[in-house]
Amino acid sequence: MAAFSTDAVTTAKGIDAKVRRGGAGQPLVWFHGAGGLAPTEPLLDLLAERYHVHAAEWPGYGEERTEQAIEDMLDFALHGWDLVEAMGLGAATPHLVGHSMGGMIAAEMAALNPRGVARLVLVNSAGLWLDSHPIPDIFAMLPFELAEALFVDAKAGEAAMTGGLDFSDNTALTAFMVNNARRLGTAGKILFPVPNRRLSKRLYRITNPTLLLWGAEDRLIEPKYAEAFAQGLVNADSQVTLVEGAAHMTPYEQPAAAAEAITGFLG
Amino acid sequence: MKFVWFNLMPWPDLPDDFRQEHRSVWVDIDNRLFDPVRANEVYNLYMDQLEFAESVGFDGIGCNEHHQNGYGLMPSPNIIAAGLARRTSKAALCVIGNSIALYNPPIRVAEEFAMLDCISGGRLVAGFPVGTPMDTNFCYGQIPALTRDKYAEAHELIMRAWAEEDVFAFDGKYNQLRYVNCWPKPIQKPHPPIYIPGGGSIETWDFCLDHDYNYSYLSFNGYKGGQAMMDGYWQRQAERGDRDDSPYRASFAQIICVADSDAEAERLYSEHILYFFNRCLHVHPGFADPPGYRTVDTIKAGKLNQLRKEAQQLFQKLTWRDLVDGGFVIAGSPDTVTETMRHMIHTLRVGTVFGLFHMGNMPDHKVRYSTQLFAEKVMPRLQDEWPDHDAERWWAKPLDTRYRPDDGSMADARRPVSINDAGLAAGGA
Repeated sequence: MAAFSTDAVTTAKGIDAKVRRGGAGQPLVWFHGAGGLAPTEPLLDLLAERYHVHAAEWPGYGEERTEQAIEDMLDFALHGWDLVEAMGLGAATPHLVGHSMGGMIAAEMAALNPRGVARLVLVNSAGLWLDSHPIPDIFAMLPFELAEALFVDAKAGEAAMTGGLDFSDNTALTAFMVNNARRLGTAGKILFPVPNRRLSKRLYRITNPTLLLWGAEDRLIEPKYAEAFAQGLVNADSQVTLVEGAAHMTPYEQPAAAAEAITGFLG
Repeated sequence: MKFVWFNLMPWPDLPDDFRQEHRSVWVDIDNRLFDPVRANEVYNLYMDQLEFAESVGFDGIGCNEHHQNGYGLMPSPNIIAAGLARRTSKAALCVIGNSIALYNPPIRVAEEFAMLDCISGGRLVAGFPVGTPMDTNFCYGQIPALTRDKYAEAHELIMRAWAEEDVFAFDGKYNQLRYVNCWPKPIQKPHPPIYIPGGGSIETWDFCLDHDYNYSYLSFNGYKGGQAMMDGYWQRQAERGDRDDSPYRASFAQIICVADSDAEAERLYSEHILYFFNRCLHVHPGFADPPGYRTVDTIKAGKLNQLRKEAQQLFQKLTWRDLVDGGFVIAGSPDTVTETMRHMIHTLRVGTVFGLFHMGNMPDHKVRYSTQLFAEKVMPRLQDEWPDHDAERWWAKPLDTRYRPDDGSMADARRPVSINDAGLAAGGA
């Protein structure tokens, strides 16, 4: 397995961020979802066997108190490009891969600058809204409800989300709440109250081949959304791939199947 | 002391099994529980009670803003205050307040508050709450992490709009207005007294002290549960050293029930107070604390939301005895209430009390009975608790000579107009 290391970068705007990197090959930039980077990322481990994987943390998700600098969708998308620039990838054009909220931002980045992207992979991605399939409100969910919405196996999911935290320990609880407030507070700038910042108006600009990789049992952003993305995208090489045995957290629930689909698509 | 009679205006018909059968009294409350025909009676009854409070001598009458809420029927407190402005003449109209981050643009608040101040002859006390997460974020869709920033901008816009005499451009992050020109303006100069209702954020302490506004701690936890927040406020005031410690800087909301005796108070009011705690405070905990609404500093200070899950579990088990012993409710004979109130006033150091007399599904005659006993047998004994401090400093300053719709001129105003009235015919209108 390829070893990952973490280093610090500073964007042109002056925002500090940690970047986790591993593997070798064509650069692949991973954008995490509203839950943040997990201590271990099994899908990234698998992708690093074939690509040079770079995974940065969004403002609000790391130790750096940078979340005030990001207020809206354009701030997020431009910060994404500033991060890619700061990663120092050289002449190679990277693939962008984003999960959930990370997919929403990656898609916006591609719409802004399609020529900066080799191929795009959107995993259970946010960004669209269908009145016929309203996305449940994660901001009003209690932890156990959230786990039920995100994972096929809710019990295992809840344990993964809280990292086995003892909620009767007040210090640990406060730390968890502070983290949660910073992370989801920042995510709320593009996901609250309805996770739609009109990406649909800009989908036509994404000229890159795009893989829509979806957990077949996603109850949060249902597979219907993969179809909606596909209908809006213009590149004929775009495709939808559903992963069985996965809900919204495909990268964590079925990392092997996800890696196979992604490598198959990116080549 | 200043005593304000406050009505939350709860829906009185929540079913007995509300807690079991419904997820929340707020935000996604079952719409079928609302009956507009019944509301005709309820609104008018509640407004009558507010007017009654003035007639028995309360210094102020109060209303507030909630949305999609089974214990608060006032999405627009200004409509209630406008009705009261025309039917009262002495009491301050305490609108505590308008959630200024929710008005688009917030100049609307500057205008409507100015209207209320003009109509009432300068009787407005203006409240500017940040707003609860239920109202602000879940009902009105504001982004939690940006709510405070938007609030601060709205506050700046309103205060400038009241202060400036010339048209100005406002280039805000959330509001861009090329021609700000507040018309009408409030009577009270430089502005009506401003009260900032706090629910538990420590940032509010500094905001009040920065601007010399009244800090109004509004909770349902009563004087014992509110002690820590009020101590924190006074501690902050002392630390900063730039403001004096006048008790009139602070207000506190308290549920109060008065009867002939302590036992009678329990017999009369217990079921209605329990209705409030058991049904009206049944809020889905997921609505109480959306990430980003509370600042990191407030979370670290241990100031968790009063409607969090543990608190809710506590509410539903409370008995009358628990509520009285825990200070949630000050109840009993006039002597008991006077002594307990005196203790509260001094331990919390407050010059203004927002008295909650109508609670839950309390019927009108009990509300008036309790209110009248308080006004006659408690209030007079507590008037001079702070003899060394100016009670008017954060209070409305009405015009000495003002139009009073309820005096003789009103009868005149209702007289049918004749075409022969002076001026009309001669003016050729």
